[in-house]
Amino acid sequence: MTTTATEHRYGPGDGHRHDIDRYEALTGLMELMSGDEKHGPAATSTLDALWVLYDRVLRVGPGRADDPGRDRFLLSKGHGPMAYYAVLAAKGFVPVDWLAGFGSYDSPLGHHPDRVLVPGAEIGSGSLGHGLPLAVGTALGLRAQGLHDPRVWVLVGDAELDEGSNHEAIAYAGPAGLDRLHTVVIDNSSASWALPGGIAARFEAAGWSAATVDGRDHEALFAAFTAPHPGRPRVVVARVEPKSA
Amino acid sequence: MDSMRERFAPVVSRLLDEDPRVAVVLAEIGLAGFEEARRRHPDRVINVGIREQLLVGAGAGLALTGLRPVVHTFASFLVERPFEQIKLDLGHQDVGAVLVSAAASFDWPAGGYTHMSPGDVALLDTLDGWTVHVPGHPDEAETLLRHAVAADDDKVYVRLSEQSNARGLPVDGTRFLTVREGRAGVVVAVGPLLDPVLDATEGLDVTVLYATTVRPFDAAALRRATATAGTDVVLVEPYLAGTSASAVNDALADLPHRVLGLGVGRRELRRYGLVEEHMAAHGLDAESLRERIDGFLGHVGRARTQV
Repeated sequence: MTTTATEHRYGPGDGHRHDIDRYEALTGLMELMSGDEKHGPAATSTLDALWVLYDRVLRVGPGRADDPGRDRFLLSKGHGPMAYYAVLAAKGFVPVDWLAGFGSYDSPLGHHPDRVLVPGAEIGSGSLGHGLPLAVGTALGLRAQGLHDPRVWVLVGDAELDEGSNHEAIAYAGPAGLDRLHTVVIDNSSASWALPGGIAARFEAAGWSAATVDGRDHEALFAAFTAPHPGRPRVVVARVEPKSA
Repeated sequence: MDSMRERFAPVVSRLLDEDPRVAVVLAEIGLAGFEEARRRHPDRVINVGIREQLLVGAGAGLALTGLRPVVHTFASFLVERPFEQIKLDLGHQDVGAVLVSAAASFDWPAGGYTHMSPGDVALLDTLDGWTVHVPGHPDEAETLLRHAVAADDDKVYVRLSEQSNARGLPVDGTRFLTVREGRAGVVVAVGPLLDPVLDATEGLDVTVLYATTVRPFDAAALRRATATAGTDVVLVEPYLAGTSASAVNDALADLPHRVLGLGVGRRELRRYGLVEEHMAAHGLDAESLRERIDGFLGHVGRARTQV
């Protein structure tokens, strides 16, 4: 069974950081949480966007948790956080030997993340629609302190956009010109009532810079994540397989 | 004399000048008072428009970056409408803010029930770690606002009202004040209800405590008062009746005691009119208060005589 082999390779102490700091290791890390092989990369909608962000885009690291100049990544869609924990473990924020306790009473890793418990987690989430307003405030707070370099990222799901609080944030951030703010929408077509005109159009109508890309294509994600968008906040809609498929 | 709400913007504008951590977040309401401060501190006076979920969420985001947000609108739109943001974006994220409300329970009766928030303090009581200030005079509001902003990263609620006592007292952001001493009961008057309570208890042999910081509840002051005035306690609060009854019970848990909780009733009056008319309708005018306090304490006197 793969779990045994994985535990052997990435077991307590995680002394082989170079072995796990790679995309191919994420499946094994996720299996430590799920205890089986059902969570291949394709089964987790957020995995590729998270990996590209943490591997190539975000200027963060386990030693920079209190660095005011770090980028901020806010996981708003806190449901199904195994991919997030796997990436945090791969990048050294979270010890690998925490993963097996996922969801248990003594574990810091719950089915929704808690920023007080998880090193590297900028927010606790679970109830949908809180990350974007928090990200708006984070961008405003950095600007007010003259910290113009750090970028703020927030990850939401397409159905999460049902929550009205997101639209308060979207409609404010565009006109306010919060160009340090970035949203990645993981679109797995899970909203019962899809946004008329599409997700990107909703953001564009509020003055955001927008791109829609294949959420499994690392180069396309990277290009969309790093494209310039002067004076405007940026949204990247990462399309993946429909949830119902 | 200005009102508490009129005092709010000048005081917080000075705090913006003094402390680079302070930021003000508004949702249109109260913006005019901050026009000058906004010119001096364009990045620390933030108006998000009529968006109260964003108001609290963005305030919490500012706190995540280390700022001290002062978040303001009417109580109904600050505490009731975005309550989950208060619970999660502040409490669960483990960050603080100063929430400053206006309009109180019925400051604008002609505005109707949509602009009344008698349940704000009771709602905050469902959460952990909130300090609640209820000033009874604009001078006290100034003191308590400064105290609230200076309280590190604490979660603090300051409840401003158009109602005011005739003069301010030297409140300290923590303790109750003893305003009158007696031997036949303790009346705890909260914020702007001190004057009606003093009128109502004129000539009664009761101790009157004045509370402007109700959370944490000054249990030590209440216990000291009951040592001479006995353990019959009347609460007179400008929000939902009985909101602090459990705090009194906790303070006196090891003593036989009685509590009468007076305040704003739950029933929707569906009336407009004036503040005075709503005070009377809720039994909070001096005459109604006297009748109810006297009835509560007098009943005990008679019962004891019979024994």
